[in-house]
Amino acid sequence: MTQRARPLSPHLQVYRFQWPMLLSITHRFTGVGLAGGAIVLVWWLIALAIGPEYFAYTQALLGSWVGRLLLLGWTWATFYHLCNGIRHLCWDGGWGFELPTARATGLLVAVMSVVLTLAAWLIAYAVRGG
Amino acid sequence: MSERTPLARARGLGAAHGGTHHWWIQRATSIVMVPLVLWFAFSLAALGPADYATASAWMAHPVNAVLALVLIAAMFHHLHLGLEVIIEDYIHSRWIKFATLILQKFATVIFGFGAAFAVLKIALS
Repeated sequence: MTQRARPLSPHLQVYRFQWPMLLSITHRFTGVGLAGGAIVLVWWLIALAIGPEYFAYTQALLGSWVGRLLLLGWTWATFYHLCNGIRHLCWDGGWGFELPTARATGLLVAVMSVVLTLAAWLIAYAVRGG
Repeated sequence: MSERTPLARARGLGAAHGGTHHWWIQRATSIVMVPLVLWFAFSLAALGPADYATASAWMAHPVNAVLALVLIAAMFHHLHLGLEVIIEDYIHSRWIKFATLILQKFATVIFGFGAAFAVLKIALS
């Protein structure tokens, strides 16, 4: 069979940048990041199943400044993927395709992901007591 | 005009022979996870840097243990489907793609069972 040069779709770089593009790829990035976070969750659960000493060690690692920075990232990724996931479910139901609506919901997702992240961390620090 | 045979159209399975199953399960798992993720994320936030006694008592509570098990099942199924699509999108070499898909499947099963086993052990001990 002879291969003919067939037309290819234009590369991503020819398109003018628009915010929904960034929101879209961020859904994928956060998804992959959260799959990595799932491994940490398994580690935390297994540490809890092993016993007090290993759990204390795990909590100390996660509570270090590197640990907390990573957890902050995973918290935001969780809420971003959650909010944008709901946006996707609305699209699947046929709602929200009009450009102004899609832009507004995109902004809402970005804002809500930050609000929920702040709420979770405020609770965590309130429980900790300072 | 459709090129498909009437039988193919009736079966509705398309070129991948799986129909909309993959797509549908990804949506179903995401719907259950909306409340479960909110519950779990804020519960963990409220636990904060909890000690062993507090954390294990929370996890051992039957309601929390069951909800955590459901979340683990939905989460690992969902992330398995999601990673599968990403691998299919970006890896073009046939054998590397195949190997990555299989490895991903094995890893997801191992980590998923690990998480579920840990929850059961905490809850039942």
